[in-house]
Amino acid sequence: MIFEVFRQEKKGAAFAHAGSVAAPDATFAEAFAREQYGRRQESEALWVVPRDAIRAVTDFADELNKTYHRVDGYSLKAKLKEARERAGTARDS
Amino acid sequence: MNAPALLEIADDELILGWRDSEWTGIAPSLEEDVAFSSIAQNEIGHARALYELAAREIGTTADGLAFDRDPSEYRSAPLVEQRRMDWAHTIARHYLYETADEIRLAVLKQADDADVAGLAAKMDREEQYHRLHARMWNEHLRDEPRYQDAIRELWPLALGVLAPGQRSELAGRVGLEPVEAVERERQSDELGELWEEMTMVRRSVPGATW
Repeated sequence: MIFEVFRQEKKGAAFAHAGSVAAPDATFAEAFAREQYGRRQESEALWVVPRDAIRAVTDFADELNKTYHRVDGYSLKAKLKEARERAGTARDS
Repeated sequence: MNAPALLEIADDELILGWRDSEWTGIAPSLEEDVAFSSIAQNEIGHARALYELAAREIGTTADGLAFDRDPSEYRSAPLVEQRRMDWAHTIARHYLYETADEIRLAVLKQADDADVAGLAAKMDREEQYHRLHARMWNEHLRDEPRYQDAIRELWPLALGVLAPGQRSELAGRVGLEPVEAVERERQSDELGELWEEMTMVRRSVPGATW
């Protein structure tokens, strides 16, 4: 079985994916994860999760093409330039 | 703490670390390879620290104690000297040794000598991981006849790791009846062979500074 290991570097920090371990069961997975990601004071906490338990979502259809839902749908740069010109604080570049 | 007592533990840790390192690259899985190699390295690290303390008392160096003694001067227990066995025996030894070592370390942590007590506490922090690993494997294999045979076979040798007064404690912890122990004085043939290999490089240039 493959287990994914998530590591928290400091208390309160978000867990980040650290890597994976292959193990026959959860107990072995924990031991191997401790060995590889937790024995050198590099982690505050670990999450050891069977890979099968992770529901991976990778297909994000943009069916309606509503770009205004996204931050990059706005051309902020142009608007900022305009505003600066109005205020007389335009930059050279 | 007297040097001979420190040397017994140091020799156990060095020889066991050496033996366990024989599994590097051939353990049953890569994860286990990493884990067991790391344990082997820890044991050799503990040996180094213990030799340093003993060397200070005797007036020599840690390297001198680890590599320049005659095989007959080593005080290691026959349990740790056994040459690479199958995985069942290796895990049986690991489980029995770590359980015995915990009893021994608990006593050492109470030592009057602050250096010894401090080192024992430091070692114990790493040994916690070893124990976790050993107990996990013991749980995993305990119903396997091969493993049960290995435990039975190594049991008299495991008792020899500890001083006679600590042996009933070990028997209680692993749930076995005390039997006659194989004592440290009974050196195994395996040690001579191991010593040849272990000291080969150092002996190749006697007196060199490495």
